[in-house]
Amino acid sequence: MNPVIYLDNNATTRVAPEVVEAIRPFWEDYYGNPSSMHQFGGGVRKHLDRAREQVAELLGAEYPSEIVFTAGGSESDNLAIRGTLEALAGKKRHIITTRVEHPAVRSQCHHLKKMGYRLTELPVDNHGELDLNQLRDAITSDTAIVSIMWANNETGVIFPIEKIAEIVHEKGVVFHTDAVQAVGKVPIDLKNTPIDLLSLSGHKLHGPKGIGALYVRKGTKLMPLIIGGHQERGKRAGTENVPAIVGLGMAAELARKHMKEENERLIYLRNKLEKGILATCPDTRVNGRHRLPNTLNVSFEYIEGEAILLMMDEFGISASSGSACASGSLEPSHVMRAMGIPFTAAHGSIRFSLSRYNTEEEIDFVLEKLPPIIQRLREISPFANGMTWGGDE
Amino acid sequence: MWDYTDKVRDHFKNPRNIGFIKDADGVGEVGSMACGDALRLMFKLDDDGKITEAKFQTFGCASAIASSSVLTEMMVGLTLEEAEKITNQQIADRLGGLPDQKMHCSVLGREALEAAVLDYRKRQGGELPEKKEESRLVCICFGVTEEEVERAIRENNLTTVEDVTNYTKAGGGCGGCHEDIALIIEKITGKPPEEQEKEVKEPSKKNLTNIQKIQLIQETIDREIRPILQKDGGDLELIDVDRNVVQVSLRGTCSQCRVAFFTLRDVVEAKLREFVTEDLVVEEVQ
Repeated sequence: MNPVIYLDNNATTRVAPEVVEAIRPFWEDYYGNPSSMHQFGGGVRKHLDRAREQVAELLGAEYPSEIVFTAGGSESDNLAIRGTLEALAGKKRHIITTRVEHPAVRSQCHHLKKMGYRLTELPVDNHGELDLNQLRDAITSDTAIVSIMWANNETGVIFPIEKIAEIVHEKGVVFHTDAVQAVGKVPIDLKNTPIDLLSLSGHKLHGPKGIGALYVRKGTKLMPLIIGGHQERGKRAGTENVPAIVGLGMAAELARKHMKEENERLIYLRNKLEKGILATCPDTRVNGRHRLPNTLNVSFEYIEGEAILLMMDEFGISASSGSACASGSLEPSHVMRAMGIPFTAAHGSIRFSLSRYNTEEEIDFVLEKLPPIIQRLREISPFANGMTWGGDE
Repeated sequence: MWDYTDKVRDHFKNPRNIGFIKDADGVGEVGSMACGDALRLMFKLDDDGKITEAKFQTFGCASAIASSSVLTEMMVGLTLEEAEKITNQQIADRLGGLPDQKMHCSVLGREALEAAVLDYRKRQGGELPEKKEESRLVCICFGVTEEEVERAIRENNLTTVEDVTNYTKAGGGCGGCHEDIALIIEKITGKPPEEQEKEVKEPSKKNLTNIQKIQLIQETIDREIRPILQKDGGDLELIDVDRNVVQVSLRGTCSQCRVAFFTLRDVVEAKLREFVTEDLVVEEVQ
């Protein structure tokens, strides 16, 4: 078994050793309930407060109390959108989002559409970018919420969220952003950006799985999804997942400290990988232009993504694909299709996503192993090497 | 992560008989790059009419490549009549099985084999099977015909729409043909498709939250019911909703009307059941 070369960090990340250490005492010793009156339990509360501050600092939020801990990015997205709609009690029935959202937003909005809400899904161009005039035109007096992701999980394309937030804010509509892929990779300053709701996830920034947060700007009306106790100021009932929250706090602090230098390093490694692949593999294209520092989505023409993934897996190289076969559905990724990437290229798309823990040696290893894989699969393909296809094309 | 058998992995990693036969006796091409898998199958016959050589080129996932590879092994040494009898299930079996969602890869193999044999017969100018009428297109997204769906159902004893999608891809795109596929299953098997946990197609109106329900009731009253009553000088007001009981109060001429009971049942309740949920009961309060 080869050592794992983990290049699938937009799927999940390694938990930072510092995070594991920070969590440990909360499993072993400090297991009290922070809502308890006694010191043993109640004493845990200050660690929750600290974690809230750490997350607030990473986001540049004004008040730590604007951070609501949830069980992850998907819950945060659901709380943001459905909590807003319910707070409006059906007075407004129009939702605006984009065609490239993560399923936590996309499937939810499709569900809400079936329930009678009107849905506008803004298109993107070939580079995966939005036309902000279309956003402006789409907002009406009936618009309840605009939900637009900060950075795309498949391509890494970054939307101009500050500008988008201004546009939505001017119209007096609630603005939510799914920032799961952006937090820790893109500087965020919520004090000076009129975002009402922002989702993040612990395990995308070297924190634990099953923990996330929703930033809720002070004064934003939101109905809870999970109703019960008074935890999280009534916005999310249930005894706090203290170890995971402490871990998320530590992960947020590490991200804040390392972001600048890490981004420089990641851009160097990512660009090395990108240039290396383009130089050694003909008929290859990069999907998405203005991207996160860590993401590279490339399409290899004439061959299929799942086959590439399995071949790379033989060498311990872990990545992912927007191909239909890799997901078990029959159609390639909605993001690729929304960008107008031809099916032929979408089926052969591979996403490499890097992190703090990747090294230059690993990138060199991929650049050594990948080109022969691509060549090998193209030898099998009936479309490559100038072959003509006389069938039912 | 797919749960592929060792046999699938072996044929994927070390595919047999890759390549192109320049002077092939028969060539079959099926699938397309847009659909996500495509296979070109070629063979040569010896003087006894047995397949001596088979080669393939495949665009597709691991199971598509493995299915093609194992098929070339199965074909060699057979006469065309024998080769034609290879079913997609036999291809899957030789691989130790395929995941359900990947069964269409074995079907692709069988189709390529048939196309190659047909191509051979055309070249020989021999008797071709009677050209059947063009079969109706069932799935537009993946270009699957009724005949292909029927055959997959028959040969693999398929009983659900999901099965048909796994074997033929039909219904795997927009989903617009699911009902059509269900009817075809019923036609072939004599039974409606077995129920599977599938998503509810029509949004069930019963999934409304309380707030949505009350709102919908109010909207229905305003839009559908009050105009009818107002024509006769009557009116109605929503008082409360308690679970499925809708309490209303009749106003204007309705409040003195002796047939108000019928108004409530035949107009108010009927309309609310039509537009909100089936289980609503209307009650009059003073």
